[in-house]
Amino acid sequence: MGNTLLVTATFVFLVGFSYTLYAIGAGRFRPGRVNLGAMLVGFVLLSAELWKRGQIERGCPINSLFDVLVFMSWSIVLIYLLVGSAYRLSLLGSFTSALVLFILLFAQLLPISRIPGGPVMRDPWIEFHAALSLIAYGAFALAALAGLMYILQDRQLKNRKGGALLYNLPPITDLSVANARLLWLGFGLLTVSFVAGLISGMPVNTLKFWTSVAIWGVYGVMLGLRKVHSLPPRRIAVLSMAVFAIALLALPAIQYLSTAR
Amino acid sequence: MNILCAGISHHSTPVEVRERFAVGAHEMSSTLGGLRQIDGLAGAVIVSTCNRVEFYAASVCPIRALDGLRDFLRVRTGEADAPLYTHESPQSIRHLFRVVSGLDSMVLGETEILGQIKQSYAAAIECGSTTRHLNRLFQHSFRVAKQVRSETQITRGATSVGSVAVELAGKIFGDLAGRKVMILGAGETSERTARSMVSRGVRTVIVANRTFKRAANLANEIGGMAVHFDHWPHAFEDVDILICSTAAPHPIVTREKLAPLTRSRDGRPLFIIDLAVPRDVEAAVNELEDVYLYDIDSLEDIVRQSLDVRRAEIARCEQMIDHHVGDFISWMRHHAEARR
Repeated sequence: MGNTLLVTATFVFLVGFSYTLYAIGAGRFRPGRVNLGAMLVGFVLLSAELWKRGQIERGCPINSLFDVLVFMSWSIVLIYLLVGSAYRLSLLGSFTSALVLFILLFAQLLPISRIPGGPVMRDPWIEFHAALSLIAYGAFALAALAGLMYILQDRQLKNRKGGALLYNLPPITDLSVANARLLWLGFGLLTVSFVAGLISGMPVNTLKFWTSVAIWGVYGVMLGLRKVHSLPPRRIAVLSMAVFAIALLALPAIQYLSTAR
Repeated sequence: MNILCAGISHHSTPVEVRERFAVGAHEMSSTLGGLRQIDGLAGAVIVSTCNRVEFYAASVCPIRALDGLRDFLRVRTGEADAPLYTHESPQSIRHLFRVVSGLDSMVLGETEILGQIKQSYAAAIECGSTTRHLNRLFQHSFRVAKQVRSETQITRGATSVGSVAVELAGKIFGDLAGRKVMILGAGETSERTARSMVSRGVRTVIVANRTFKRAANLANEIGGMAVHFDHWPHAFEDVDILICSTAAPHPIVTREKLAPLTRSRDGRPLFIIDLAVPRDVEAAVNELEDVYLYDIDSLEDIVRQSLDVRRAEIARCEQMIDHHVGDFISWMRHHAEARR
């Protein structure tokens, strides 16, 4: 019973994503209905789960790798609801459901520790730093999804074949703009979270610190090059997917290794 | 009560006959007034478009009403024997639902017909020639059209080269407002395509043609700007959409020529529509980053694909329509019983 909220949230994302796949396949996709509903319900359920865990842990519930994955899923949905829908990138919701579903299944099906690896910090700056970092990665996740959609739409347009995906995906220029804005949002949030981390004076795992700095730096360089028009939108799209994939694998792996030690 | 439909359409009647039956907006009121005098006819709506002229009426005595309608048309058009098709309920109801959904149109799934039928119905209401049955029928037909459009792919994709080009431009740029178009070679298709783009908000049109006078004339007509043909690369800098249709025997836009021009575009996409045969644009241009090249074959392929998708949806649309015809017939029955 302890996991009812999380399992229900996972099921809701599964239903939203499956319905979209079915609707696109059957040519009945209509933007913004079932999927937005699933995202809203899933968000409420994840919020309730985090609140419940917060009550148990008496603080922000991001103390184990499992917590981190659940919080990150919540962040991705939050950013989608706040930012994604503003671009009216209807299909982005379906891509977001798929990613959140993947992370939630990964967290629940694999033997990931739900127990904090070390002593739980009860400093508001540390909690602010950790929460903001995960919300920043939520923005990077959506940037990666917008990047994926850009690549798919670019391929559709280059192939000159038409087809359902071409009609259902948003215009390539809108995807490029959304990709860049989400990268800026993530970069801004991550920068503030680093500052909060420095203010807190918390003990730092060296490998994790430098990996985080490297990821922050790569995002910064990407945005700088985009600003001076040295990096075309297609490469930004590919890089935003690649860097997020690396971050998604590296940061939990480092967390896992440091916990195992 | 029976719903009658009598009419002529592009399926069986040539335009020179259809035009004699057409009812213009200025004569709608008098024609509806004339129809109302027909014995056995309770009300009427006239649908008159370039592809069809149809009369919908409510009647308790269909045979007498149809004879009266034929006589009326004979007098009105001077045609000895009007080549009308006629339907009674439930075929007449199914026919209207099919027409309003675009299933009976010349271009399958076109949506203009819904607006035309709404106008016809509004005109009939204004003339006071509708009845309870006709009101219910036409309002139901609008719901049918909406459902068929939104739940099937009968309106999916564009069905002409020009509209495919405009649709693709939308998939590249989103909003076309403020975009800049260049026409190389002022041919008829390129002109039509450019006009479609202008109607969607394109900001500037630059026309380059071997004959400068022709370029200047076209630029003048569509509110653009003419440049000498040899100077097109100089005017190319901010162009978003390039439409080519020259009579040149070899490609005039090559990868070699375009690559340096695209470098200074700061990642802005470039959409090239090559309508010329032989082609004006080298195929390798499509390999350039952020450049999307469509030649006449690829545009026609998409048109064919859209029509195939639409044709594949007919059965689903017919199913929906059958369901709605059943609903309407049930309503007519209940209404008749309630009056007894």
